[in-house]
Amino acid sequence: MTADPADWPRATYDALTAAKVRHMAYVPDAGHSALIRLFEADEGVVTNVLTTEEEGIAIACGAWLGGMRSVVLMQSSGVGNCINMLSLPVQARMPLLMLVTMRGEWGEFNPWQVPMGRATEAALTAIGVTVRRAETGADVVATVEQAATMAFDGDQQIAVLIGQRLLGKKKW
Amino acid sequence: MDKAPTMDAPTMDRRAAVARLMELCGEALVVTGLGSPSYDVHAAGDRPENYYLWGAMGGAALVGLGLAQAQPERRVMVITGDGEQLMALGALATIAVARPSNLAVIVLDNEHFGETGMQGSHTGRGIDLSAIAAASGFAQASQLRTLAEVDALAASLAAPSPSAGPRLHVLKVHAENLPRSLPPRDAVFVKNRLRAHLGLGTS
Repeated sequence: MTADPADWPRATYDALTAAKVRHMAYVPDAGHSALIRLFEADEGVVTNVLTTEEEGIAIACGAWLGGMRSVVLMQSSGVGNCINMLSLPVQARMPLLMLVTMRGEWGEFNPWQVPMGRATEAALTAIGVTVRRAETGADVVATVEQAATMAFDGDQQIAVLIGQRLLGKKKW
Repeated sequence: MDKAPTMDAPTMDRRAAVARLMELCGEALVVTGLGSPSYDVHAAGDRPENYYLWGAMGGAALVGLGLAQAQPERRVMVITGDGEQLMALGALATIAVARPSNLAVIVLDNEHFGETGMQGSHTGRGIDLSAIAAASGFAQASQLRTLAEVDALAASLAAPSPSAGPRLHVLKVHAENLPRSLPPRDAVFVKNRLRAHLGLGTS
């Protein structure tokens, strides 16, 4: 584990690696960029860049069927795309771990991000996904660690929402 | 544009085509798209290597991708319909970029949404899924219209030498609703059966 609390992406990567996550799928977000770089640099991890977020849900389920632990990275605006696909892990009781960077909730300059940001937690909860929020770097790491246990050892479908307050304003 | 370019071209019996694929690719792990493809694969004989989808429309090829990445030594075959694959055209880009050499997507294309009243789909109106797959960079992509062609396809899928990348094959089938052959709807049971077959833990 890193001693630098500002480097929570590195510590999150370490936590996921320790949880034997060897498979990752993502739609890029600036808040995930460091984590994406770490996974893509790891030759022991299979990574998939997606055209839309629900693809990652289906891929993660296929990976689990074949014995690999996967994590899906996306921005809150992509959560709405996933809803019907989430019926698969929920119905099949397959482990699912989603890391969602939030938009539209803290210092947001783009009003178009606000509606889905507001709906993210409710939408995930409505389809049956357990939601945990993290607002600090240390909180992200601890929340991801426990979520990985609940997902992969407890067959739960879990989304960790990473607050926009931690990610900061989008820079132009 | 010709609105029905394939109207008079031959089509094949979907159950016979799937039965040949399943017979000749006996070792394959198979993911099926919701609706008739699930019934067709079940009708060919239930087996633990099958994962049947009853929902999650647009997910079949991508479940196949994840499974192919987790089981790189196994042939993975997705058997789905034109409507199901049309819902996930972007998946063809994602699969092409991922480039799994052990994944084959078989589209049973009747040019209709057969489960919902046989409304015409895009594939009967000029959209060619095999051409989209080829343009996306699939290692092999083709359109088949006869069972003899399916026999040759099945033989190539069963061959031990891997492809250079993913494959997509469109099988033009009759537009008809056959008697349903219903696979288990218990997704947990089917999941555990497949994982147990692969020597993985169940829960």
